[in-house]
Amino acid sequence: MRRSSIGWKLIRLHTILVYIFMFTPIVVVIVLAFNPKQFGIFPMEGFSFRWFVKLAQNDSIIDAFKNSLILGGLTAVLSTSIGIMAALAFIRFDFRGKNTINTLLLSPIMIPEVVLGVALLLFLRFLQQPKSFALLLIGHVVLTLPYVLLIVQARLVGIKKEYEEAAKSLGANGFQTFMEVTFPLLLPAILAGALFSFTISFDDITATLFWATAENQTVPVKIFSMLRNSISPEINALGTVMIVMTVATPLLAGYLSRKFTNLKA
Amino acid sequence: MATSKKQPLVQFKGIMKQYGKVTAVEKMDFDIEEGSLVTLLGPSGCGKTTLLRMVAGLEDPTEGDIYIKGVRINDTPIHKRNLGMIFQNYALFPHKTIFDNVAFGLKYRNVSKDQIREKVMQALEMVRLPGVENRMPSQLSGGQQQRIAMARAIVIEPDVLLMDEPLSALDENLREEMRREVDNLQQMLGVTTIFVTHDQREALSMSDKILVMKAGRKQQEGDPQTVYNQPVNHFVADFLGHSNFIKGQIVDVNKEHVHVQIETGDLLIADNKNTFNLGDRVELVVRAQRFDLVDEDEITTKQEMNSFAGRIKDRSYMGGEVSYFIELGTGREIHIISMMRTRIYSIGEKVRVQVAPHHCHLLAIES
Repeated sequence: MRRSSIGWKLIRLHTILVYIFMFTPIVVVIVLAFNPKQFGIFPMEGFSFRWFVKLAQNDSIIDAFKNSLILGGLTAVLSTSIGIMAALAFIRFDFRGKNTINTLLLSPIMIPEVVLGVALLLFLRFLQQPKSFALLLIGHVVLTLPYVLLIVQARLVGIKKEYEEAAKSLGANGFQTFMEVTFPLLLPAILAGALFSFTISFDDITATLFWATAENQTVPVKIFSMLRNSISPEINALGTVMIVMTVATPLLAGYLSRKFTNLKA
Repeated sequence: MATSKKQPLVQFKGIMKQYGKVTAVEKMDFDIEEGSLVTLLGPSGCGKTTLLRMVAGLEDPTEGDIYIKGVRINDTPIHKRNLGMIFQNYALFPHKTIFDNVAFGLKYRNVSKDQIREKVMQALEMVRLPGVENRMPSQLSGGQQQRIAMARAIVIEPDVLLMDEPLSALDENLREEMRREVDNLQQMLGVTTIFVTHDQREALSMSDKILVMKAGRKQQEGDPQTVYNQPVNHFVADFLGHSNFIKGQIVDVNKEHVHVQIETGDLLIADNKNTFNLGDRVELVVRAQRFDLVDEDEITTKQEMNSFAGRIKDRSYMGGEVSYFIELGTGREIHIISMMRTRIYSIGEKVRVQVAPHHCHLLAIES
């Protein structure tokens, strides 16, 4: 095919425009975060970390950050552990109602988050319990579990049953087989699942708006409430930190996993 | 003298396996002597792998019992059965080094670190792959991986070695070599071995005993020569080797021979094994290799030799031998594999086909 034809040129132009459309707002946020002025106007007059310093001094934002980190971390741990167990059950065993349960666990992907948010609140009302951090955690596990489940299941299908059978025939019991064979082979999927859970939990807003309380604000919820009062350049700085975190975490994980496998080989 | 006979190492008693309504293995009794290599042979889906997996503890029998060394093992979990299992796709742990792979079973067996090292090295030596202990499985070829799988299975000194089509993933030449290697290793160690295969040549060349299976049923058990030369039914005769089947009726019986009138009208003499009577309808089995092909005008020297005139209809040259399809006088076609003791005949040529009575095996006609 001739790369220089008009068609190809159009496709290239189109692609470039799409990328510009997608990434310009993000770039603007990052650039303006370093703008020393109160109002974001181009051209910028200088460069400063002023808003980042201010951010670091804002206790309510630091609290929200801590909340988000703890929540994301716990969500990742819970989602992955439940996800691994569920995936093992679905792939390695046969039982009644298997498909139904599988669909139920995956359904949060298909249900609008607003509905999920309200539903969990109504359920809580039915149980006559107050909103709490635990509710937030449960909600986020429900939201992220489908992703873990899908990733771990896909990997588990690719791990031949024979590995586990071989381990057992050589004298390892069920638990030893899991620790020595299944878990290490699943590890890439487990890490990916945990990462997904963390990032989804870290920047979820729709459902979290329903579940968060004044004490349990997450960073996105905090940004949302800040925006309602005024547009402070602090938000740009906060946005930049969020972007760096959600982009850097997977990159770092990818780098570590590659380094890890290189060491082994 | 039943008491002096050694107890079989592995015994199946009324073993049966059903999946839902499908019967994978029909009620079956079967014994395996200590130190022997027994092959479970049959087409795919005949239940041979299910039988093996029941010994391994990877499937639970629906009915019946399995004994190893006289102990019923139905309820013994897999990891306590002390068996060495070798899989078709090797199943080496891809994330462990060769050393850790081979050492895997020893970790659960109260063996000191030094002893583990010594035993692993010994096992690698035995499968003729010393020096690969620090490599990963993916760095080895298929044949090498299969040897490591063997080392991993024998290093734990299992009571029974279970092999599930271990050679079928290898290419033709390597398979032949590995077959001999497995055979040698098994004899050297004297470990009782159950070998599952659908390859008749593997079964015939390695086994002390063959169990031929079809659709979950035992067809015949015996040493390779018996199973090959005296098949009990059409299936066994057809599955092992290239056979010609000719239907006929017994028209004369004397002390040594029976005379069979075959469908073409010709008379054929077979050895009398006292299993059939005058008038019985029978099926004759003659191996394609047992026929002799001679020139049309050559005269038989022995009186009992069966001899027919025929015409070469088709042939294929296969290097070491020639495969002929020969049309007999009445249109009946037979398959002959000739080792070219005489010359190669061309298509259309008239020839004489001979076969000795002791190569004509009689079967009852199955309804």
